[in-house]
Amino acid sequence: MSMDFTTGKELYQLCEENGLPISAVMLGREIELGSVSEQSVRERLDRSLQIMEASVHEPLGQPRRSLSGLIGGEAWKVYRTAAQSGVPYAEKESAVLCGEALTRAIAYSMAVLEVNAAMGLIVAAPTAGSSGVLPGAVLSLAEIYGWSEEKQMDGLLNAGAIGYLLMRNATVAGAEAGCQAEVGAASAMTASAVVELMGGTPEMCFQAASLAVSNLLGLVCDPIAGLVEVPCQSRNAIGVANAFTCAQLALSGITHPVPFDEMVEAMYRVGRSLPWELRESAKGGNAGTPTGCRLAFGKCAGGCANS
Amino acid sequence: MNYISLFDVIGPNMIGPSSSHTAGAVNIALLAYQLFRRPIAKAEFTLYESFAQTGRGHGTDKALLGGIQGFGTDDVRIRDSYAIADAAGLQYHFTWDDKTKTAHPNTVDIRLESPDGHVQTIRGESVGGGKIRIVQINDIDVVFTGVYSTLIVKHADRPGVVAHVTKVLSNHGVNIAFMRLYRDYKGGTGYLIVESDESIPDYFLEEIRENELVHDLMLIQI
Repeated sequence: MSMDFTTGKELYQLCEENGLPISAVMLGREIELGSVSEQSVRERLDRSLQIMEASVHEPLGQPRRSLSGLIGGEAWKVYRTAAQSGVPYAEKESAVLCGEALTRAIAYSMAVLEVNAAMGLIVAAPTAGSSGVLPGAVLSLAEIYGWSEEKQMDGLLNAGAIGYLLMRNATVAGAEAGCQAEVGAASAMTASAVVELMGGTPEMCFQAASLAVSNLLGLVCDPIAGLVEVPCQSRNAIGVANAFTCAQLALSGITHPVPFDEMVEAMYRVGRSLPWELRESAKGGNAGTPTGCRLAFGKCAGGCANS
Repeated sequence: MNYISLFDVIGPNMIGPSSSHTAGAVNIALLAYQLFRRPIAKAEFTLYESFAQTGRGHGTDKALLGGIQGFGTDDVRIRDSYAIADAAGLQYHFTWDDKTKTAHPNTVDIRLESPDGHVQTIRGESVGGGKIRIVQINDIDVVFTGVYSTLIVKHADRPGVVAHVTKVLSNHGVNIAFMRLYRDYKGGTGYLIVESDESIPDYFLEEIRENELVHDLMLIQI
């Protein structure tokens, strides 16, 4: 029986018929279509996890400025607040609103964007601009819950299945469909992965992914100076927060009335209807503000929305 | 190859910050390096449009200089590619041409020169997600991506070259996936580009070279 699938519906059927989680179907698909062994897939996943591990941790010990100087050091600031989660509220240096797991996940996701912006090694997931969301969530939860490496790989496999469907049936390019296609996709992938890792069903995974896509529909791609720095880094933080929220909703039995495949289609149509200024051209949104222009060109050089 | 793999989604593993402006630039320069197959004394890069406008902030220059030194997209040495080139005595020059319009916004011309004066120019486009295509070799329009094993035969535009090359490949059981011919003008210089799913071993090259109409060979192995 073939493990290949082209829609969420087909993936769900494969899960149901075989009694498998999404991660196992995706593993089967990769082995089948790539004509490779499970071991070789796991060796590559091991390499992905190693790079992710390094990229979430490096900036915490050794913050580096980006090439442009727009970002650098943010992950450490957030992580510091997570690190004092055991301290009584009255004695905290700064507020820990999000709780330990989410605060750590946000810090990690922002760390990956710092590594990326400083020409470090990252795993695009699904893109470089959205590369913090998945490792931020999976690795922080793995530390907190003590998950094995194999279980972390299941998270990447599950996320890979959702990401593949978004890539195949819509797009994950900001230039085509805005940030909703990058951070939105990463957030949906991560929401689904977190549900499986926390013991949810494939059905709940799809609910979480649909909710995550729905929540970030219309998010524009508006990088200041055209660089993968601002607002990309904090968008990765919101991608994680959205993934956690949607996973929590799905695990609580909350559903989204629109099926995942229709949400993928909706995301694509919204993306194509975004004006060019809001699709990675660095002309609109944050980039098109007078301050955005000044940061890009030293002054408003024309060509932006406000010139 | 013809499906979206898990590692197309969870990947590529790459030096940041941009799949198009950094990883794609590495891939173009790496192909130029593989095509050249000679030591490089001097490299000149001309960056156009978006590459010229935002390339500095994306480390496009470091990526290009890394690629022609054989570094892959996940090689951490890319960040230090200037220092490594300097230590190796490699001469390089960048032209940031943000005036000239090109067919694709992420375009670069790479001119490589060996110590004995052999010159090769290529034009590459970074088309998104780290994927690229080469659209010119030595000013002749071509198209290939380096996704497949690629044999490029520079030859005189006269009868018999295609028959010779396909016969050698057929004798060795290589299945041709795609094949295209390009030339500058009738009777001038031609390029035959053969792409295959399987590897094309180096020792075929000597047999192909035996034909006097064949001027030069380049091979990219996947």
